[in-house]
Amino acid sequence: MPDFNQELDASGLNCPLPILRAKKTLKGMESGQVLRIIATDPGSVKDFDAFANQTGNELIEASEEGGKYIFFIKKK
Amino acid sequence: MSDEKKLAIIATKGSLDWAYPPFILASTAAALGYETEIFFTFYGLALLKKKLNLQVTSLGNPAMPMPMPVPVMLQTLPGMQAMMSSMMKKKMKSKGVASVEELRELCIEADVRMVACQMTVDLFDFDTKDLIDEVEYAGAASFFEFAGDADICLYI
Repeated sequence: MPDFNQELDASGLNCPLPILRAKKTLKGMESGQVLRIIATDPGSVKDFDAFANQTGNELIEASEEGGKYIFFIKKK
Repeated sequence: MSDEKKLAIIATKGSLDWAYPPFILASTAAALGYETEIFFTFYGLALLKKKLNLQVTSLGNPAMPMPMPVPVMLQTLPGMQAMMSSMMKKKMKSKGVASVEELRELCIEADVRMVACQMTVDLFDFDTKDLIDEVEYAGAASFFEFAGDADICLYI
């Protein structure tokens, strides 16, 4: 599991809230820092991929664990 | 002139269900770095009220999922719309769907421009004091100034 600097629990939140919360959290972080996001919305798998592609923040790792989706995003 | 992408939305509907597409898309686009403007016209103006009281109705919408079948005649009874609206809001909350108020606030935080159609404001005698402070008032020409070089333009 990659190291991370901050964590965001977006469990129970539905589209587009996980993305919006992630964006907001990343805003307060430094370039190169890593955010770990926990989500339960199955749509977030494709959405975080698309978010990373469009914003230039790097999706380092995405995984699923017991109905939870875990994402590691490195701030551009 | 920035190299930011631009999204222009025209919001024409003022019911609870139709309030979602413009605010979801605008807030997400803003999070992705789009410069975003929503032009509210006709019934869409209801989405700009400080105090939102948005409703849904199943009348004329046979596709709306209902917990149990309700004959159309009964759907017209007084109080049915209020009941359906409150059921819909409860359902959304239980599924982790943001409220319209929350999404609108997120749009404002993300600098989404909210433009009200001045003509419709006059037509329906809206009091601008009842609308949120972030609203700008303009007409069709100003919409085209922004939408003319938008990458995406949606009519909702």
